[in-house]
Amino acid sequence: MSLTDGDMATIWLTLRLATTVTILLLIFATPIAWWLARTHSWFKGPVSAIVALPLVLPPTVLGFYLLLAMGPNGPIGQFTQALGLGTLPFTFWGLVVASMVYSLPFVVQPIQNAIEAMGNRPLEVAATLGAGPIDRFFTVVLPLAKPGFMTASILGFAHTVGEFGIVLMIGGSIPGETRVVSVQIYDHVEALEYAQAHALSGVMIIFSFTVLLLLYTFQRKRKAVGMTYGR
Amino acid sequence: MKIKKWLGFILLSAITLSAVAKPVHIAVAANFSNTMQRLVTEFEKTSDYQISVSFGSSGKFYAQIKQGAPYELFFSADQVKPDALQTDGLVITASRFTYAIGRLAVWSARPDFVNKIEANLKHGAFNKLAIANPKLAPYGSATLEVLKHLGLIDVTRAKWVLGENIAQTYQFVSTGNADLGFIALSQLLGTNKAQHGSYWLVPDTMHHAIRQDVVLLRSAAKSQGAKAFLDFMHTDMARNIVTEFGYLTVNNQNVVHKI
Repeated sequence: MSLTDGDMATIWLTLRLATTVTILLLIFATPIAWWLARTHSWFKGPVSAIVALPLVLPPTVLGFYLLLAMGPNGPIGQFTQALGLGTLPFTFWGLVVASMVYSLPFVVQPIQNAIEAMGNRPLEVAATLGAGPIDRFFTVVLPLAKPGFMTASILGFAHTVGEFGIVLMIGGSIPGETRVVSVQIYDHVEALEYAQAHALSGVMIIFSFTVLLLLYTFQRKRKAVGMTYGR
Repeated sequence: MKIKKWLGFILLSAITLSAVAKPVHIAVAANFSNTMQRLVTEFEKTSDYQISVSFGSSGKFYAQIKQGAPYELFFSADQVKPDALQTDGLVITASRFTYAIGRLAVWSARPDFVNKIEANLKHGAFNKLAIANPKLAPYGSATLEVLKHLGLIDVTRAKWVLGENIAQTYQFVSTGNADLGFIALSQLLGTNKAQHGSYWLVPDTMHHAIRQDVVLLRSAAKSQGAKAFLDFMHTDMARNIVTEFGYLTVNNQNVVHKI
C-alpha cells in the first residue's frame, strides 16, 4: 500500500471537511432536534419529513439541485452574491453547506431521540429549583442527552467522510479545495489506476470499520438513552 | 376462422417476441448518447435486430467488461480503453475502428459573451473555466493541449473546475456556475441548446484528434446482431448522422487532410 501526496491531500481535506461539518451541524441541528422532541405543533410531521429527506433522495439529485440553487441564478447563489461572498459551488464552504444538508438527519435524529427519552420531568424539577432555560439546557439537557450527542457526532462525521454523489456534482475536483477521498478513489478507478484505488479504499475501509466499532462498543458499554440509533 | 385468427396472432407474437427477446446490448460513452439514440432509431427502422443501449463512462465500462458484463459492442470515448481490452484479449481486434472523432468547443451560457468567447478566454474575462478532467476524459486532455497551444495554462489554472466527464463539464456551464467551458461540439448540436449563449469551435489543429473507437467483444464474436450494427456504422447514412451531430468521421477527416 502506497499513498501518493495527492492521496494524502485528499485525506486531510476530507478530515477537515468532516470536522467542520460536524461542529456546525451540532450547533445547527440541536435547536431543531430540541424543537422536534418537545413540540406538539402540527408542523412536527412536515419538519421531520424535510429533515429526513436526504436519507431518501439520491445524492446526485440533491447535488444537481444544490448546484442550481447555489449557482449565480439560484436563490442561494443570489443571496451569497448579495452578501458579497460570490457563489458557493467549487469551494470548500460550498461542500460544507451541501454536506450539512446531506448529513442533517444523522445528527438531528439521535439528539431528538435522546431528548425525547429524557422526558419532561428533569426539566420541570430544574425549573422549580429556579434554573432558567439556558441554565437548564447546559446543566440538565446536555449531560443527560450526552450519549445522543456522541452518536450524532460520530454518525455525522462518518457520513460526511463517505459522501460522494453531492461532492461530485458541486465540487469540480479542485485539489486541496474540493477533491475529497471518495472523488479521488473514483478518479483512480476511472483512470484504470486500480492499485492506487485499492490502497485508498483500504484506508477508507479501515477507518469506517474503526469508527463504527467505536460507536457500537460505546453503545454496549453504556446502555444509555438515545444510544441505540442505527441498530 | 376464429382459430386461424388466433393462430396468426400467436405466431405473430412469437415472431415479435423472438425479435424482442434478444436485443443487442451495447455500451456507449456518454458523450455519444444523443448521436447513438438517433443512430439506433435509424438502424431499427430497417433491421430485425433491436439495440439495447447503456450509456456511461468508458472507465466504468472497461471495469465491467473485464468482470464479464454482457455487452456485445463497446463504443469507447477514447482509444485507451479499447487498447487495454485488446491487451486483455477480450475483443475481436479486426472489428475495431474509429467511429467518431470529437470536436472541442468553448461554450458560454451567458448571452453577453456572444462573439467574444475567444477574446474572453484569452483575456481571462471569466469567473471559472470548466474543463473535463484531463486524467479521465479524452476531451480533457485535448483541452489541455489547446490551452498549452494558446499559452494559457498557467494563467487560467486557478480558475479551472474539473468535470468528471464532458457531460458534467457541460452541466457546470449550463447551470451558470462557470462562465466558460471546453465541451464537445456534439453536446451543443445534439440538444439544440446552443440557442442560449454562444460557442467558439476550437480549430482541430490545436489538439490531437479525439478518436473514439468501437470494439466487438470476444464474448459476442458470433452475434449476428452486433455485426449488423457494426456494418450499419460503416454506411454513409450512419456517417452522415455522426457528422451532423458535430463529430468528424475517419473519411471526412482524411478529406480535410488531403486538402
